[in-house]
Amino acid sequence: MTAAASLRVRSSRARGRARLNRLMTGLLVIAALLAIMPLVLIIGVTVIRGLPAMNLAFLTETFNFSRREVGGGYLHGLVGSLYMGGLAALIAIPLGITTAVFLTEFPRSPSTGPVRFFSDVMTGVPSVFVGLFVYTLLVRHIGFGTFVGGLSLAIIMLPIVVRSSEEILRLVPGDLRRASYALGARHWQTVLWVVIPAAAPGLVTGSMLAVARALGETAPLVLTALAAQTVVLDFQGEGQSALPLLIFREARGAFSAGQQRAWAGALELMLLVLVLSIVARFIGRRIRG
Amino acid sequence: MTAIRGDTAFRWIATASGLAVLAMLALMIGSTTLDALPVFASQGVWQFLTGTTWDPGISRTEITGTYQAGVFLYGTLLTSAIAVVLAVPVSVGIALFLSEVAGPRVRGPLIALIDLLAAIPSVIYGLWGLHFFAPTVLKPIAQALSGALGAVPTFAGPVIAFNVFYAGIVLAIMIVPIISAIAREVFVAVPDAQRDAAYAVGATRWEVMRSVVLPRSRPGIIGATMLGFGRALGETIAVALLIGGGTVIGASIFKPGETVAAKIVNTFQESAPEAVRALIALGVTLFAITIAINIAARVIVRRMGDLSGEAVA
Repeated sequence: MTAAASLRVRSSRARGRARLNRLMTGLLVIAALLAIMPLVLIIGVTVIRGLPAMNLAFLTETFNFSRREVGGGYLHGLVGSLYMGGLAALIAIPLGITTAVFLTEFPRSPSTGPVRFFSDVMTGVPSVFVGLFVYTLLVRHIGFGTFVGGLSLAIIMLPIVVRSSEEILRLVPGDLRRASYALGARHWQTVLWVVIPAAAPGLVTGSMLAVARALGETAPLVLTALAAQTVVLDFQGEGQSALPLLIFREARGAFSAGQQRAWAGALELMLLVLVLSIVARFIGRRIRG
Repeated sequence: MTAIRGDTAFRWIATASGLAVLAMLALMIGSTTLDALPVFASQGVWQFLTGTTWDPGISRTEITGTYQAGVFLYGTLLTSAIAVVLAVPVSVGIALFLSEVAGPRVRGPLIALIDLLAAIPSVIYGLWGLHFFAPTVLKPIAQALSGALGAVPTFAGPVIAFNVFYAGIVLAIMIVPIISAIAREVFVAVPDAQRDAAYAVGATRWEVMRSVVLPRSRPGIIGATMLGFGRALGETIAVALLIGGGTVIGASIFKPGETVAAKIVNTFQESAPEAVRALIALGVTLFAITIAINIAARVIVRRMGDLSGEAVA
């Protein structure tokens, strides 16, 4: 090794190659730093600008006065986000996991290939298009509301749940399955009582990440939930609010009071989404050991 | 007996939910296309795609306005192209760093951080871009660029507060996690034996990357780029906040523009029924473009062999 090293420094061509190597490695480090910089700036600025307006009133009050005025809060947005996110989870998680079970348990079915391919493709559907779809299918007939908003979020979650659940179900060791069959369990019993419990932590991780993604969506809600100025508990028919909707609306407003609320709302939303994502990954990691 | 019937029911339920996903996609295409049909019919598909006049009418029942998507399609392609041109080198760099340079103690946390970048909602990118990043960081850069290269129409000043350039850069930041995650998987899939062979004949680390890792990964990088491009095309809220709603095709990237997705959310609430149909026609167009790019990208990435696929989702 030392002989090779001394040979390398003797030739100037070799020295040039070593220099290029160092230069390129340096550039790669810069690329990595370049990606981290926006993250630091986004989280840092959101915390710094969001904190001054973040207080108990912001979390527990609504505002139905002019956007020029200071005060009030995004309670209606938080309630709407959680309401629609919860609905979306109720729809997308069972359907998504069952679809993943279909993909892993019935690999020879003729529809397995197309289902896998098109659920992949669905992850690339622009979220605004999902909003338009729910608008044409339902909003035209039954109006804006919590349910249609939740449904549009569910459609966005669905392919994410399918993909992540399929990955996880695939990781369940075949031995567990064979042990279950050896005890006389049928296919459905094996899946329900052995495979799914073994994969449960991973399924939870994937589902939580999907919920986090749905909570941050704005565009589909513009077309389905529309807006609300107070806390709305109606299931359908009344406009509903959400944190991203309120941030979007006040971010573009010219009033500093509104922009301040938008930053506080962004801080609230970011905490919600990041905590969900981090906890989800933590659950997933603990299991894989 | 019940256990056996359970198997039949199990098979039935699983298959039904799989087919439900396919049915949903079909319904998405059918429902929106049907709704937008009067717009395509009255404007003509070619005119709709290439014309540059958007003059909405106020009718509840018929199509009276002029709806042509050229300006928005141009804005969509331009912002996404800016995003991809900037994001691809950085993403490939990060992916190479993660797979070829970084030790495990750097790799894990760095991957987690980049994942966090992907988890941040786009409305926060928009708010941050509009009220912090564009005015404090990008504006001086834009002014310097237009000062130095202002003779080129692309960089002609003055720099307007909402513009295509800002939207493109924020889009670039948003698609870096997607491209770098796929690129990393592609690099990691290169067999170590090939790296070792190159090292054994005296290649430096960079030479291994250039002559072994990168050439083998080219289809994967192309696929990753296309997926990033597809994501940028459909990205809505951050762009809607930054791009400024221009109504003409402008050469300069420092002028306001408009994208298909931004046009939809920016004008939906004030649109009469016929104009809403026109926005749905815009959505159908956007869907067709992104789906075509997505399918092509996935076919390319898939041909690379079976990656674990988590990043592709």
